[in-house]
Amino acid sequence: MSVIVAKNLTKRFGQFVAVDNISFEIEKGEIFGFLGANGAGKTTAMRMLCGLSLPSAGKGTVAGFDIEKQSEEVKAHIGYMSQKFAMYEDLKVWENLRLYAGIYGVPHKEIMPKIDQLLENLGFTSKKNTMVSALPLGWKQKLSFSAAIFHQPEIVFLDEPTGGVDPSTRRRFWELIYQAAEQGITVFVTTHYMDEAEYCNRVSIMVDGKIEVKSFYQAESMDQVFQKLARKAKRNSD
Amino acid sequence: MNPIIVSDVYKKYGKVQALEGVSFEVEKGEIFGIIGPDGAGKTTLFRILTTLLIPDSGEALIDGHHVVNHYKTIRNMVGYMPGRFSLYQDLSVEENLKVFATIFDTTIQENYHLIKDIYQQLEPFKTRRAGALSGGMKQKLALCCALIHKPAILFLDEPTTGVDPVSRKEFWEMLKKLRDQGITILVSTPYMDEASMCDRIALIQGGNFLKIETPTNIREQFKKILWSVQSSRMFPLLKDLRKYHIVKTSFAFGDTHHVTIDQSGEDYVSDQLTMDYLRRYLEDKGHTEIMIQPIKATIEDCFMELSH
Repeated sequence: MSVIVAKNLTKRFGQFVAVDNISFEIEKGEIFGFLGANGAGKTTAMRMLCGLSLPSAGKGTVAGFDIEKQSEEVKAHIGYMSQKFAMYEDLKVWENLRLYAGIYGVPHKEIMPKIDQLLENLGFTSKKNTMVSALPLGWKQKLSFSAAIFHQPEIVFLDEPTGGVDPSTRRRFWELIYQAAEQGITVFVTTHYMDEAEYCNRVSIMVDGKIEVKSFYQAESMDQVFQKLARKAKRNSD
Repeated sequence: MNPIIVSDVYKKYGKVQALEGVSFEVEKGEIFGIIGPDGAGKTTLFRILTTLLIPDSGEALIDGHHVVNHYKTIRNMVGYMPGRFSLYQDLSVEENLKVFATIFDTTIQENYHLIKDIYQQLEPFKTRRAGALSGGMKQKLALCCALIHKPAILFLDEPTTGVDPVSRKEFWEMLKKLRDQGITILVSTPYMDEASMCDRIALIQGGNFLKIETPTNIREQFKKILWSVQSSRMFPLLKDLRKYHIVKTSFAFGDTHHVTIDQSGEDYVSDQLTMDYLRRYLEDKGHTEIMIQPIKATIEDCFMELSH
């Protein structure tokens, strides 16, 4: 079953075609890497899939809902983790989770037991009452990811999730992503790290608003493929 | 005398020890990389060396000048590109460059040869406001501004963070050209794959240098047995590998897992036998399409090994 379907999806801003007729399907439980240089159109494409921006042409369904006509249902069935840390620094760990859970409509009675369970799984129980501002970066990232999937969305969108952390923390983070995928959550990741792309089941590379490659692992390294494709870009990276 | 000499520098913010006795020297005309994650102390080190922060103890000399006592001399002879974009967003590309040239009592024309290659790519946008440039373009403009007074030493704090791989590669090519003109470059990055672009690197974590070496030597000096392991189900594979008694560490590295093997225990016989046992163990766990291969360590493998 495809949980994300994009068909001839297009977005124009005036004369400028930011996303140019892209089509793809993503299966349940897949980890899909969405790559592209600055300005290729990744963010615009992702915003349409999240129900935040209407397509100029084409169609898309996310978790079975039409991104144009049912954007509110789309929003309720996805999770989103932004590259900028988006938790409230002056709230405690559990307060942040309760806030997110409440916004996504998790039943009140279920919230606290689920927070305890989650913190235990993360080995994080001792930090329940810690201010988020006092956590190391790696922990903040794990926490934002956990918050993004707290309401058990069908799909989670990760926008450049692991910039700047040390290699072992980055790997622990990817293990959380693997785990979520095993539980059937579809993972849609944008990243600049070419080696990170290799953690994905499938990748696409966006160049000048179009999708250029969509396949399983290449024999060449991901970096080589990217360099070759992105250098063909005519659009300036603005 | 080497252009950068640092001995036993300490810096603390409140309770946080940002630098814990860092010492190193950078030779003239080399690209020296400081490689480590966020919070390792990279920016603190750069601020001390560019005279913007005073160390708690220890000494640093820039071209023989003391960073605390002779800060004015140093400021005239170094170029600094801070991690956060710190040009004037509401001035145009050209105006920014003029500001920096004027501050250092020079003109764009006088040192144009140094920035020519980079500035030519910016010239079509020279009347655009700096705030409206893309990430890659901002980074090029910031480099031009740091170069316009012909510094002997360049300090670049995470110049490639958040920049796409194509722009990153171009940026490193520019740095090599500058080095070949005799400029000494100290550069920091959180991207381990950029280590190979440097002549020598220091791996930093928690305010400590773990190692200073050429990138090749760091990789050569990795002494553990390292294998890459693949199967058709990668996440269960990771968990099963960690349960196997002779496996010391197991980490996901993109499409393979990297595994280090404990050679000290009596269960270790020889590479080949141990590999066969591991394969059989994984087969028993239901894995198919198993591939096990000895591999050479990457800088990330070395970093994880050294930081344990």
